[in-house]
Amino acid sequence: MTPPQQTSGQPLLPPTPAQTVGPFYGYALPFPGGPEAVPPGRPDAITVHGVVYDGSGAPIPDALLEFWQADPDGTRSGAPGSLRRDPVTGGFLGRHPHVFTGFTRVATDADGGYAVHTLAPPSSAPYLAVAVFARGLLHHLYTRAYLPVDGAADDALLGRLAPERRATLLAVPGPDRTYRFDVRLQGENETVFLEHA
Amino acid sequence: MGDPTQELISKEIAEARDGYAAARAGGAPEGHHPDRGYLPYRSSALRHPHNPLERVADPDAVELSGPVFGVTDVTDWDADLTAQHVGEPLGERITVTGQVLDRAGRPVRGQLVEIWQANASGRYAHQRDRHPAPLDPNFTGAGRCLTDDEGRYTFTTVKPGAYPWRNHVNAWRPAHIHFSLFGAAFTQRLVTQMYFPGDPLFAYDPILQSVTDDAARQRLVAAYDHDLSVPEFSLGYRWDIVLDGPTATWIEEGRA
Ligand SMILES: [Fe+3]
Repeated sequence: MTPPQQTSGQPLLPPTPAQTVGPFYGYALPFPGGPEAVPPGRPDAITVHGVVYDGSGAPIPDALLEFWQADPDGTRSGAPGSLRRDPVTGGFLGRHPHVFTGFTRVATDADGGYAVHTLAPPSSAPYLAVAVFARGLLHHLYTRAYLPVDGAADDALLGRLAPERRATLLAVPGPDRTYRFDVRLQGENETVFLEHA
Repeated sequence: MGDPTQELISKEIAEARDGYAAARAGGAPEGHHPDRGYLPYRSSALRHPHNPLERVADPDAVELSGPVFGVTDVTDWDADLTAQHVGEPLGERITVTGQVLDRAGRPVRGQLVEIWQANASGRYAHQRDRHPAPLDPNFTGAGRCLTDDEGRYTFTTVKPGAYPWRNHVNAWRPAHIHFSLFGAAFTQRLVTQMYFPGDPLFAYDPILQSVTDDAARQRLVAAYDHDLSVPEFSLGYRWDIVLDGPTATWIEEGRA
């Protein structure tokens, strides 16, 4: 990746290298309510779900996904409270029902599957930004799950991808406000992964 | 075909490092991060993309902002991994602290830092860790804190043990603490591992060696700092962290 250059000409600090999340993050990173940006059952909630696959087509049971998105009103400031804690017991309180933090975290299950519950992103940024972590993945990957949001304008990234590549970024609508978004780390129909400059 | 030997893995590690040195001599840029496809780390074989990454340089990208965390998301107990149970954990008590900066040297303030680690015997509190070393009922090994106004984090914990794994015959991980960091943007997200100075296992470990640039690899190793050692209590280690990646403020300031 080409590092950004400062206009002052002062050299940038060299970054700390990434390392794999490994297999044993499961008791540390996932938290109760992590996959639910909004309370389950809220009528305007959507479910984004899918499976993470490796290069042989096998599901990956030890991947961790994070999703970040704009608020439905278009703002990107987020809000604290994704891991809201009880100051008395130290336990997890669950999110405040009226605060949308924009962030979800979910570990894949034994079948490589995941599901998150959130609100549809705005037409100005009709996607969930996704970070993928896994044992075997030395540096996490970024991708996007685009949702078929009303009024979404032509998207520069989608517009320049060949149709079969573009398809890997499109969440497919199903019944009951669900959208399927699979992640293929390698091989046939490999997901388009992003580098941000 | 049996499991690979350390000899084979070490040969592959040397080849990857020589390949990087040759590329550098030919004018290739410094590689700060590991290659996702790194032969000596066998689990990477089927878990990295073959297509080049698609470059996004969009000033409106959602990834240039990121999730925020606050005092609602952590408790005072979270940063002291030795105080999460009734008794004291076994092992050498340590204090780990450092400053989180962006590449321009600005402190990353009020952001979430998460750690997890094996106990002093090299065993994770995880059902799938089959290493027959003892669990410690007084140690879970997970912690969180927010960086302060100078970007600093501090944890009290115990020094984790080395542990065996299945990459190859006689594979052992050097002692390490896993770190997860959020910056000012989703593009600054970092998951990494901190190592302890002078560990004899460094040369044998394909995960550490996946960082083929010598200077970059050295940045994963904490420094023992006697001034951070707390009398009658803990040994001190300092590990500063620099987050990569652009942010919205970076672009506003004309640095894109
Ligand atoms: Fe580990």
